[in-house]
Amino acid sequence: MPKDTGIGAAKKRREDVRFLTGAGNYTDDINVRGQAYVHFLRSDVAHAKINGIDTSAAAAMPGVVRIFTGADFTGVGGLPCGWQVTDRHGVPMQEPPHPILAQGKVRHVGDPIAAVVADTYEQARDAAEAIVLDLEELPAVVNMGAALKDGATKVHDDLTSNLCYDWVLGQTDDAAVQAAFDAAAHVTTLELTNQRLVANPMEPRVAVAEYSRGTEDYTLYTTSQNPHVIRLLMCAFVLGLPEHKVRVVAPDVGGGFGTKIFHYAEEAFVTFAAKACNRPVKWTASRSEAFMSDAQGRDHVTKIELALDADNNFVALRTNTMANMGAYLSTFSSSVPTWLHGTLMAGNYRTPVIQVNVKAVFTNTVPVDAYRGAGRPEATYQLERVIDKAARELGVDPIKLRRQNFITEFPYDTPVALTYDTGDYNGTMDKLEVAADIVGFAARRAESEKRGKLRGLGVNCYIEACGIAPSNIVGMLGARAGLYDAATVRVNATGSISVMVGAHSHGQGHETAFPQVVAEMIGIDESMVEIVHGDTSKIPFGMGTYGSRSLAVCGSAMVRATEKIINKAKKIAAHLMEASDTDIELKDGRFTVAGTDKSVAWGDVTLTAYVPHNFPLTEIEPGLEETAFYDPANFTYPAGAYACEVEVDPETGKVTVERFAAADDFGNIINPMIVDGQVHGGIGQGIGQALLESCVYDENGQLLTGSYMDYAMPRADDVPFYAVDHSSQTPCTHNPLGVKGCGEAGAIGSPPAVVNAVIDALHSGGMTHVAHIDMPVSPSRVWSAMQG
Amino acid sequence: MYNFEFVKPATIADAAKALGTEEAQALGGGQTLIPALKQRLNAPATLVSLSGIGEMKGVCRADDGTLAIGGATTHVTVASEAAAHYPALAALASHIGDPAVRNRGTIGGSLANNDPAACYPAAVLGSGATVKTNTRDIAADDYFQGMFTTALHDGEIITEVRFPVPQKANYQKFVQPASRFALTGVYVAKFADGVRVAVTGASENGVFRWTEAEAALSADFSPAAVEGLTVSADGLIRDIHGTPEYRAHLVKVLTKRAVAAAA
Ligand SMILES: Cc1cc2nc3c(=O)[nH]c(=O)nc-3n(C[C@H](O)[C@H](O)[C@H](O)COP(=O)(O)OP(=O)(O)OC[C@H]3O[C@@H](n4cnc5c(N)ncnc54)[C@H](O)[C@@H]3O)c2cc1C
Repeated sequence: MPKDTGIGAAKKRREDVRFLTGAGNYTDDINVRGQAYVHFLRSDVAHAKINGIDTSAAAAMPGVVRIFTGADFTGVGGLPCGWQVTDRHGVPMQEPPHPILAQGKVRHVGDPIAAVVADTYEQARDAAEAIVLDLEELPAVVNMGAALKDGATKVHDDLTSNLCYDWVLGQTDDAAVQAAFDAAAHVTTLELTNQRLVANPMEPRVAVAEYSRGTEDYTLYTTSQNPHVIRLLMCAFVLGLPEHKVRVVAPDVGGGFGTKIFHYAEEAFVTFAAKACNRPVKWTASRSEAFMSDAQGRDHVTKIELALDADNNFVALRTNTMANMGAYLSTFSSSVPTWLHGTLMAGNYRTPVIQVNVKAVFTNTVPVDAYRGAGRPEATYQLERVIDKAARELGVDPIKLRRQNFITEFPYDTPVALTYDTGDYNGTMDKLEVAADIVGFAARRAESEKRGKLRGLGVNCYIEACGIAPSNIVGMLGARAGLYDAATVRVNATGSISVMVGAHSHGQGHETAFPQVVAEMIGIDESMVEIVHGDTSKIPFGMGTYGSRSLAVCGSAMVRATEKIINKAKKIAAHLMEASDTDIELKDGRFTVAGTDKSVAWGDVTLTAYVPHNFPLTEIEPGLEETAFYDPANFTYPAGAYACEVEVDPETGKVTVERFAAADDFGNIINPMIVDGQVHGGIGQGIGQALLESCVYDENGQLLTGSYMDYAMPRADDVPFYAVDHSSQTPCTHNPLGVKGCGEAGAIGSPPAVVNAVIDALHSGGMTHVAHIDMPVSPSRVWSAMQG
Repeated sequence: MYNFEFVKPATIADAAKALGTEEAQALGGGQTLIPALKQRLNAPATLVSLSGIGEMKGVCRADDGTLAIGGATTHVTVASEAAAHYPALAALASHIGDPAVRNRGTIGGSLANNDPAACYPAAVLGSGATVKTNTRDIAADDYFQGMFTTALHDGEIITEVRFPVPQKANYQKFVQPASRFALTGVYVAKFADGVRVAVTGASENGVFRWTEAEAALSADFSPAAVEGLTVSADGLIRDIHGTPEYRAHLVKVLTKRAVAAAA
């Protein structure tokens, strides 16, 4: 019987009540008495030298408090990059400065040049229009191939070229890789693009800062997935402020999808300006600003080659990727195409020789960084597309080819630096075949054909490295941060519990799922447990939410802290019952002395902790509050198999997704309903990437998709109902809950399934010349491909 | 947005007067104009709202059998009130934008704007309708003069549109995936004296008539009648959503579908 409480219960999300009834407190809902507003004057050209900025007329406009330019920030640090990647020759990546406001040059459309602080937002905009800019336009570098050519215009004059790094993972000996290819019976090659995406959280970015002259304290309210990381980066690297004087609050943030991980110029600016103007300063991005200033995602151009032996065993894999960094290195940009991408190239398969090469490139475009999945969707897409192509070339069943090459023994050391702790890829594929009703496909195809439509089935697997990450490992790989997390469990006198967690919830349902764990451990009702997050003044510390890490890392910290609470509570209970604490058992919220009928309730113990009239004061302290930091021993490895069925209209090329099935192994599940929701959302984003979304610049670096008139977001009628099965469960072996993470899987696993299905549909219609169509697989692209 | 004056007259005469002032601009449903104002792409001194003018709203059958639609009539009203008289037109209106757009956007605003991907221009040209303004009547064939360009003078108000009601008609809209305007749309109307075919979304010159198809369909109103025709890609739109060749192809596919759906 399904549980209705505690771990495994499909509890409805308690936070949704406030979100759905208009009672949420989003960042833009926060207004500070006396606040001024800032408007950023942004570059409307992709690349130019700034010869002059005349703010004199603007400064005299009504309501203007102060106008800032790059000159006001000399001596202030730039935005740091959190990961130093070392190239194939042992040389650190090229790391250009990333100023708060442009210094000397603008490098992408949207690059902030000046900031106008005024009494009202409209006054700030009016004054910004009166700023006279003398910009000397330079040729824009947009295409990555062109950016790497000798003599190409440089995005950063002080760097040797537009190459950030040339990185290799796996078999570094080119000759050894070539030998494996030379010995192969079959080689399948595929060139593809993983197009640039815009994250598009529902709430655009917002930052409000205030400064107290009396206490010299700052408070920054910002749309962040990780307020402590923002505080650390901003204080230590940008503004040089003492951390204890800065409070960062990320309230009900309206979605993130990765793009709110990073430390942005605007939030550092408002913090700086709040003191400089001695007045709170607020910034709210317009949607147009979001399109040109939120870090964007993906943007890889790849050639992948898969070598197979005569029995169709994978023998070698070689992949060469150009990864677009945009104009500056955003906070985690350098790690995405390398350690979050190259390390996943083994996929779910036993491929003995793998070489991954990634060239990261600067261009005059908006910076690129992690977006839901971050590197892992790019790895999965190329690998699962090339396997599909290989199956087609060899005339073998794509599911069979995958099964034949699955990793079946764990732990498994991949040739690309990871150790998979556990998994059951055949078992998960079995679940998929049922959930997707693969055997019924032929009948459905026949039915579609009767209606003049082509039907295709696409299947693929995925694996991701989540629960990011063991600090000692990532430190060796260049991370400039640790990636543990923290939780404080504060038991109140009456027995209710506040849990302060470092993971931030901006749609993930932590406020519901996390209490299920604590309530289960103690045996009390979930309504007695509340999660507190998103405020550096309330929570102990936290690296935040990304990389499907919240439950696996922060949840583990919460478990450890709760264990400490239980240990201490047992000591108090033992004292109350005059027994030995080793004899105390906790069940259903009651402490009993083993083998007796003596018991005390949870509430008796918590009250005693705070009213210690009868308390072992010489042995333990009063109160009941514990903190734990948890640093994972390994990544977690969620894995799964997805199947998509599409119909293609052969007259127009329009693709509709008819069915979608997902079988995921997330290890243990705390709340299956929330997991379903995370998978649904992820698949929606994946279908969005596969069929609709694309961020496009023209050759001058102008953003052609700067609004929803041209940037196609998936809508409800673009996606089918999903069949989601997460009953294949191999618990993570190294964290206390046995959980792996589910937040990104849908977005990682779904794009290749859709594209594989489209290719299958076209082949069924006799268009066997179509080997590949780049995403988004739009009607016009499909039609063009069909023409041959 | 820049500051502007706002007036909301109750009669066409007062609206015309208000629009005679320096840098005045008509405001219909605001679905195109307000976003442009927010982006500061437009700086009228006065906005003259047409939504308080009762004589510019509503749908009715005129004595001559044509369908009269007031210039300030919203898409949602056309969708419901034209349904009994001219189902193809009502269906077109019911697929413009989303409910919020349909509840505010007006036929007059759409025609005055003449977006090359808008739907109403196809219906108006395909039906051979008459655009009535506060000063004159303009035949559809004279009204549309290219992308975002019409025969309207500054300050002229579309007060009404008169649609001859065809025997059969249908509009096929193939949506642009982002905006869901027409990537290409084809309106086919069969009258006693011939067939009209109007194409939107495809041409750099805005809505146009596909006269070869009109001739073929006037002789034989069946999808097969256009089978042998080809549409030239010259002058068709190239953008990130489709090539000229693709749009040319769609014109033919959609025309056949419209004929099949109408017949
Ligand atoms: C999200 C979205 C989706 C949309 N999808 C579609 C679609 O699928 N198909 C489609 O066809 N359209 C679509 N539209 C456009 C929509 O139909 C608008 O309503 C229409 O283009 C403008 O009408 P309006 O009444 O809002 O005019 P406004 O925005 O008020 O005005 C537009 C222009 O017309 C002028 N004007 C307004 N009324 C008159 C009049 N009576 N006489 C003279 N000049 C006038 C104004 O001065 C202005 O220049 C969409 C719009 C949005 C925002």
